[in-house]
Amino acid sequence: MAFADVREYTHLTDAEVDAIGAELDQIRAEIEESRGQADRDYILRIITLQRRLAAAGRITLFASFFPPAWLLGTALLGSAKILENMELGHNAMHGQWDWMNDPEIHSSNWEWDTTQPAEQWKHSHNYIHHQFTNVLGHDNDIGYGILRMSRDQKWHPVNLGQPIYNALLALFFEWGVALHDLDIEAIRKGEKDIPLLKKQLKQIGNKVGKQSLKDYVMYPLLTGPFFLQTLTANFTANIIRNVWTHGIIFCGHFPDGAVHFTEEELEDETRAEWYLRQMLGSANFNGNKLLHVMSGQLGYQIEHHLFPDLPSNRYAAISVKVKDICKRYDIPYTTGPLYKQYGQTLRTILKLSLPNRRTTDNPAPVSPRKERRLRDDERPTRRSELGKWSGTASA
Amino acid sequence: MTAPLIERSTALRRLRQLGKAMTTPLSPDDYLALINPLWSQRELRGRIERVVPETENAATLVIRPGWGWSFDHAPGQYIGIGVELDGRFHWRSYSLSSVPLVEGRTVSITVKAMPEGFMSDHLVNGLEPGTIVRLAAPQGDFVVPDPPPAKMLMLVGGSGITPVMSILRTLDRRGSIPDTVLAYSARTEDDMMFVHELRVLALRYESFTFYERFTDADGMLTPDQLDTAVPDWRDRETWACGPAPMLDAFSTLYETYGLLDRLHVERFTLARADSNAAGGTVTFGVGGPTVDVDGATTLLEAGEKAGVNMLFGCRMGICHTCDVPLASGTVRDLRSGVEHGEPNEYIQTCVSVAAGDCTLAL
Repeated sequence: MAFADVREYTHLTDAEVDAIGAELDQIRAEIEESRGQADRDYILRIITLQRRLAAAGRITLFASFFPPAWLLGTALLGSAKILENMELGHNAMHGQWDWMNDPEIHSSNWEWDTTQPAEQWKHSHNYIHHQFTNVLGHDNDIGYGILRMSRDQKWHPVNLGQPIYNALLALFFEWGVALHDLDIEAIRKGEKDIPLLKKQLKQIGNKVGKQSLKDYVMYPLLTGPFFLQTLTANFTANIIRNVWTHGIIFCGHFPDGAVHFTEEELEDETRAEWYLRQMLGSANFNGNKLLHVMSGQLGYQIEHHLFPDLPSNRYAAISVKVKDICKRYDIPYTTGPLYKQYGQTLRTILKLSLPNRRTTDNPAPVSPRKERRLRDDERPTRRSELGKWSGTASA
Repeated sequence: MTAPLIERSTALRRLRQLGKAMTTPLSPDDYLALINPLWSQRELRGRIERVVPETENAATLVIRPGWGWSFDHAPGQYIGIGVELDGRFHWRSYSLSSVPLVEGRTVSITVKAMPEGFMSDHLVNGLEPGTIVRLAAPQGDFVVPDPPPAKMLMLVGGSGITPVMSILRTLDRRGSIPDTVLAYSARTEDDMMFVHELRVLALRYESFTFYERFTDADGMLTPDQLDTAVPDWRDRETWACGPAPMLDAFSTLYETYGLLDRLHVERFTLARADSNAAGGTVTFGVGGPTVDVDGATTLLEAGEKAGVNMLFGCRMGICHTCDVPLASGTVRDLRSGVEHGEPNEYIQTCVSVAAGDCTLAL
C-alpha cells in the first residue's frame, strides 16, 4: 500500500500530483519573495498589543477584591495568554519570523508563556507532528496519547471514559502539552532513553517552577490582602487559555473529513504527496479577523500545514489560492464554522469511546475515487479538445 | 571595561531578578521598551541623534545608546550596527570615530557610501534622526596603548581613517601627540574625510605630520614609495587601515624587513586561515535538516544552503548575532583554528566550520 491508494486521491494522475506540488511551491516562493516591512509591522503590532493586554490584566488584578475588576483582569490576562501562545509563540517557534533576522522574534530564542519548554515543543510539534501529521503510531497529537481519535486505533474498555478524559485534557491542556514531548507511550513501553527523560523532566521542572512562581506566588503576594482573589484570577486565566487552545488545536485535525494515515501510506512519499497529505489531514474553520488572530491563524490549519514557516498573517491570502487548487483538482478542502467543527470533534470523541461495531463512520468527504490511483499509462488519453481542466471546470 | 550600573549595584540586580520573575518568560525590558525603545538590554539598542555630512558621500552618525552600553571603549575599536530595512535587520561593522566618554551619552561612527553598497548608502542617506538601531558592543585590538609609543606611523586609505580619527582625537584630548606621521590617501581632496580637522591638528602639534595623498592625481601610495614619504618608517610603530590590497602590500613590506610585529592592521573582512578541518554532516537542530559540507564552508553558509533560517549579523565573527549552542560534535574557528567541542558551548556559526559530524541546537 502506498500513498496512491489513499482513496481521496485515486482520481489524480501522477502528473497532476506533481503539478499540484509545483503550484504550491510557487505560492511559497511568491510569499518568501514578498515578505517585508508590512509583515514586520503586523507582528510588532501584535506583540505590542499582547504586552499591553498582559500589563493591563496584571494591573487590574491589584483590585481583584472588586468582582468586576476580577472579571476584567482575568479576561485581559486570559486573552494575553491566548494571543501569546497562539499568534506569537506557536508561530514564532515555527520560524515564521526568522527571516527578519531579529533575535528578539526568532525561533531559536522564543520562550512562551506556558509550562512546556520551547525546546521540547519544537521537537514534539514542529518535527513529529508536522512531519508525520495524522500518521497513526507517529503523530502523538492524535489524542495526545490518552484519547482514541481514529477508528483504526484499537478499542480498549478504558476508552469508555473518553468524554471525561477529554474534559480534563481541555481544562489542563497546558499540562498535557508540557508532558507531550516525554512521549508517554514510549515510557509505558519502557523504550524511553532514561538520561533524556531526566534532562526533559529537569527542563519541565524549571519552566513549571518559574511559571507557577509568577502566577501563583508573586502576583498574589504583591496584591497583599487579596492574595486568594488574585490567585483564583490567574488560575482562571490559565484555564481559559487551556480550554481555548485545546478547542482550536482539536478543530485542526479531528473534524469530519480530516483523514488519518497509516505508516505504509508514507512509503516513498514525494514532496507533492506530503503536501496532499497535509491538506487531507487538516481542517479549517471560518470566522472573522479577530477569531483568526485569537487562534493564531489556525483557522487556516490547511495552509499552516502546507507552509508552517510562512508568516501567519499571509495565510488568509494563501487560502484563496489553495481553495482554487482544490476546486480545480477536485480535492477535499475541509472547512466550516467553528461551532460545527468543534461539535464534530466532540462527536468523534464520544463515538470512539465505544467499539467500532457499536457506531457508524462519520460521513466522508465526497470526491470521485477508485480503488487505486491509476498511473498515466493506464488511463485513456486525454481528449485534447476538452482543454486542460475541462473535467472539473463545471464542478 | 566597567560593567553597566545595573550590574554593579546589588540592589538594582535584586530588583531586576524580581522583575524577571514577574515577567517570565519575557524580561522587564520587553515591557519597558514599550515606553522607551532604549530601555532594554535584551539587544543593545541606540537612537540616531544626528546625521552629520562629512563629504559628498560620507556622514557621521551620532548615536545615543540605550541601557547596557558601556561608553569607555578603546579608541580604534569598532562596533556592530544593525539596521532594519524592509522588515529585515542587516548588520555592518564600523569603527567608532568618537572619543571615549567625552561626547556625553552618545557615540559616533563615520560611514562612507560605497558604490553597490545598499547598506552603507542607506546609513549615509536613508537614516532619519530618531531611528532605533541595534548595536553590538565595541571590540577590536586596533588600539594604541596608553601611554603611546614614542614614534608612530598611521597608514590610511579612504574610510580607514575612522579608527585613526578616534585615536588622534583621544591623544589630542589628553593634550599631547607623540612623534606621529599620518599618511592618508583618498581619491580627491573632496573625498578626504576629516581633511580640515587633520590640517588644523597638524598646525597645532609640531610632533604631528600629515602627509596627504590624492590618488586620482598621484596614484596609490605603494610600499616602495614609503622610503620617500616617511624615511624613518622602520623606527615607527605602525597602524594600517584601508582597502585589503593596500594592507596586503604593506604587510609584505614589513614582513620582508622582519618588522611584522610593529605593524597593526585592521581589516573589515574575514581573513580565512587555511582550514584543514575535515568537514562532515551538519545537523540543524536535533531531528532537523542535515547537510554535508567541506572544511571551508561555514556553518552559517551550510545552514543557509540547507534552507534553515539562520540568524546572522556581521558574518565575520564580530557581533555574536549568529551564536548557537553546539549539541554534539566538534567545530573549528576559521580565524584561530581553535576547536570547540563542549556540549552546549555557544559557537559563532559565521566563522566556524565542521570538524567532523556535528549537531547545532537550534
